[in-house]
Parts: sequence; structure tokens; C-alpha cells
Amino acid sequence: MISISYKPRKLIISYIILVLGGFIMCYPLIWMFFATFKTNAEIFASRKLLPNSFNFDAYVLGWNGVGEHTFSRFFINTIKLVTPTVICTVISCSVVAYGFARFSFPKKKIWFALMLSTLMLPNSVIIIPRFLLFNKLGWLDSYLPFIVPAMFACYPFFIFMMVQFLRGVPTELDEAARIDGCNAFQTLALILYPILKPALFSAGLFQLMWTWNDFFNALVYISKVEKFPLSLGLRISLDSASAVAWNQIMAMALLSILPLIVIFFFAQRYFVEGISTSGIKG
Amino acid sequence: MKLEQQIERTNELPLSAKLSRYKHFQKYTGLYFITPWIIGFALFQLYPFIASFIYSFTNFNIFGKPSFIGLNNYVRLFTFDPDFKKSMSVTFAYALIEVPGKLFFALLIALLLNQKVRGVNGFRTIYYLPSILGGSVAISALWKLMFMKEGIVNEFIGIVGIPAVDWLGSPNIALITISLLQIWQFGSAMVLFLAALKQIPIDLYESASLEGASQLRQFFSITFPMITPIVFFNLIMQTINALQNFTSAFIITKGGPLKSTYLIGLKLYTEGFNNFKMGYASAISWVMFACILCFTLIIFRSSSAWVYYQDGEAF
Repeated sequence: MISISYKPRKLIISYIILVLGGFIMCYPLIWMFFATFKTNAEIFASRKLLPNSFNFDAYVLGWNGVGEHTFSRFFINTIKLVTPTVICTVISCSVVAYGFARFSFPKKKIWFALMLSTLMLPNSVIIIPRFLLFNKLGWLDSYLPFIVPAMFACYPFFIFMMVQFLRGVPTELDEAARIDGCNAFQTLALILYPILKPALFSAGLFQLMWTWNDFFNALVYISKVEKFPLSLGLRISLDSASAVAWNQIMAMALLSILPLIVIFFFAQRYFVEGISTSGIKG
Repeated sequence: MKLEQQIERTNELPLSAKLSRYKHFQKYTGLYFITPWIIGFALFQLYPFIASFIYSFTNFNIFGKPSFIGLNNYVRLFTFDPDFKKSMSVTFAYALIEVPGKLFFALLIALLLNQKVRGVNGFRTIYYLPSILGGSVAISALWKLMFMKEGIVNEFIGIVGIPAVDWLGSPNIALITISLLQIWQFGSAMVLFLAALKQIPIDLYESASLEGASQLRQFFSITFPMITPIVFFNLIMQTINALQNFTSAFIITKGGPLKSTYLIGLKLYTEGFNNFKMGYASAISWVMFACILCFTLIIFRSSSAWVYYQDGEAF
């Protein structure tokens, strides 16, 4: 038996490409980190990565933002927007996925195909009637346009992901639970949720990331500055001053994505498993 | 094991009663569980989908009463609106640069990581991180700063003697700068490729090497055919995404200079939410949808010629 042998020279070239590529990939973020400690002049004048001195002025000044609202407000708003959206998504999508994965019912194939086809429905096609609908309901300038669709499982990605995951869980478990007297809901809550945990986590993390970064929907649905999430808050500080204080912008930009970076490093496994089981994109 | 058999064994209620109750339960429980989605689908997806189609034949704006104007919106788009034509060609150009670029790097790095290299997880983390952050306003702001005329990118290429490039101000280059930001986020496609590469049975390569096939030959005869389903999937999802991009072009260049980055998403936003021409914007969204549908169909149709399914079954 011959195993494939990789020539060492080829492997060395691979390492060089990988390290160099990785460096190029990371460099913008590293540079961003150090830029937050530089003065505005230094950002443009100096090629050096490290700042002349570490001062936190940009953070202090940037945090105060423009106008009457500070970044505390934008952070709190983002959390108020993201938390219920993520929780609702995970619960509703898992319940729906359970229905699709574990039961047969009339016209199930059609429903499932319909659900999958909405994966390809572009947001831009439905945004205008949605805006008008939410306007009529008086939901603009609130986070309901994000939370309510999440409550009703309007995220086919996650449904599909959890269906795929549930297909790998033996149905004998459900049957045993049912014979022991669990009803369908109890089976889901007591037996399947503990097993589904990685999939729930993946879905939650992806939804967190998407909602956290979401700019387009926030721009459409929210126009009061006091309701702005981080994405809109950053944009007004970017647009407001004619001579932009880039060190402050970078400081706030970095802070706004820092939670995502931290979560990513701790929960990377769930991101990778999530996209590998369902093929959704990050 | 058959459920009926298990029920038979428990044998407490009369069998027939239990069975019929169970069958009714079996028949409709699933429907109860998917009800939230059915409601959500009807309210937030199907209704807006149909409504925008109807709006696209009206002169609807927020202020006045809408009236039907037939195909006027579409006629205007394709005959009188130079911005629209511009944004269509910009969007296609953008997708043509971005999607192949992204998939190329994703596949390249996935192939390198699929060898017996150490620290695969570390590399994967580094390459994947940009796709987590890239869609944010924060990264768009960073991009804008880095690619300014006196920015860090020009300083770097100055080291190797390349003259400064006007990354954001030149109509010929700005679109490439925006595309680079998307290409930088190839990590999620890469993770998919890597997972697919790991699925390829190793004995295929063993017999290929036995017969003296070169590495390049092995790639084109084994590796690539085996991962075509994932290439196909990535191609479709990335194309749909590319045609809808908004944030980076809106933040970094605001569609300029000279509308050279005026993607169709920006056009839609301007007409719908700045000018409040909801009917007109709906027509734009439907042209966009038709384009996405066409691309998807073309990729689907062509797939039988180049996508190889191991078990002979499409997904």
C-alpha cells in the first residue's frame, strides 16, 4: 500500500503561502488596532505599525460621539436589538425544524420545498412592502421589525441547518421518550434540545453576527438617532464631520466589532460546524 | 423498530383506539410545529413578495394615492433612466470580479490546508475571521481609510516602487477596491471547500499515484470533480449575495466616483427611501430578482454538465 507522500519542498512552499496569506488577511485588523492609539496626523504620515505612544484619547473622544448621543446608547441599543432577535430565532426555528424533521404530515414535501426556496428570496425584493407594513403597524423606530419576523421563524437558513442536524439524531430516542409518556413538545424540550445544543448554538451565533452587523435593515427601519444601533451610530460619526477624526472612528469601529471577535475566538467550533453541516455562508 | 409494534407491546388501551389516536397525532402534529413558520412566511415573505410585484405597476409613493400605470416603471427603467443602466452594468461587473475571486482564494487556501500541514485550526481561524466581521460598517470604514490616497495601502505598494493608486477616487478602480473587501471575506467559502475536500476517499489518490498521475492531473480528474457540488453551491450563494451588496459601496464610496460603484442595491435604496418612489423602486427590485433568478437558473441548468454527484442524486 502506498500512502500519498508530500514532498517536503512542496509542503514548505505551502507553509510560506499560508503564513504570508494569513499575515495579509490579518494585517488590516492589526493595523486597525494600533491606529486607534495614533493621532490623526500619525495615521497618514507614518508607515510604522506601532504608534509613537499609546494614548486613549481617541477612545474617550470617540465614545462621546457626535451630537447628544454617546456610544453607550448605541451599544445598549444594539444589545436590545440583538438579544431578543437571537433568542426568538433559535426557539422558533428549532420548533419548526422539529416539525419538518420528525413528523410526516400532508403536503410536507411542498412545504419543505417552499421553505427552501425562500433561501433564495432576496431581501431587497420584500423590503419595500415590509417597510410599508411596519410603518402601518407603527413599528418603525423600534426593534419589532427585527424581532417579530424572528419569532415567526423567517430564517430558512437556520431551519434547514437544524433539520439537517436532527436528521442525524436517531428517531429511537423520540420513540422511547413518547412511550415513556412524553408528548411531542416534551420530547423536543427534554430529549432533543440537549442533543441539539451545538446546532442551537451555531444558529444563535450566526444570527447574532448577522444582526449585529446588519446595516441595510437598520437604515431602512430606524431613523431616530436615539434608537440607532452601532452600525448606524458609526455611520453618522463617519459622515458628520468634514475632516473626519479617523483615530476616533477606528477606535469606535474596533470596539463595535470587538464582541464579535471575542465570541468568534471562543466559539469558533460552532461557526465552523454550523456552516459545514448546512452549507450556509458566514 | 416499528412504532406500531411498540404500541402493541405496551397494550394498555385497546389497540385500535391507541393506533387511531396515534395516527391522528402523527398526521397533524408536524403541521402544528411548523405553523409559526407558515404564518411568518405568509406575512413577512409571501405578502411582501406579491405586494412589491403589484406596486411595481403603480406610481406608488408614500404621499399620494397609487394608481396603475402598467409597464411604465419598467419602460422608464430601460429607456429613460441612465442611472439604472449604469447600475446594472456596475453590478454585473462587480459580481464578475468578486465571485470568481472569492472562490479562487477559497479553493486555493482550502487545498493548501488539506495537506498534512500543522496548525490547520489556527490557519482556519485566521482565514475565517474576516468573513465574520466583513459585513460591518466598522470594516467598511477601515477599508475606506486604508485605501485612501495617502493611506496605508499606497504606502505599502510604494515600498516596492509601485506609484500611488487612487483606489477610491478613480472610476476605473473604485469597484475593484470594493470587490477586494468582499474577496477578503473568502473564509466561509473556504471552510465549506475544506469540509468537502476531507470527504474525498483517499484511495482514489492512492490508485491515481499508482498509475502515475501527476498532481495537476489528480486535481483535475479527482479533486475538482469530487467537490463540484460545493463549488456549485458556493457559486449560487455568492452570486445571489454579490448582486445584493449594499453596505460596503454605500459606506466606502457612496456609489461614486461618477457612479462607478453605484450598485443596484444603492439605486433601489435611493429611489425607495430617499425619493420615496415606492412603485419605481419595486420595479427595480423585480428586475433585480429576475436577474438573480436568471443567474441561478443558468447555473442550475449548466450544473448537469459539470457537477458530479457521487450517489447520482442532486441535492
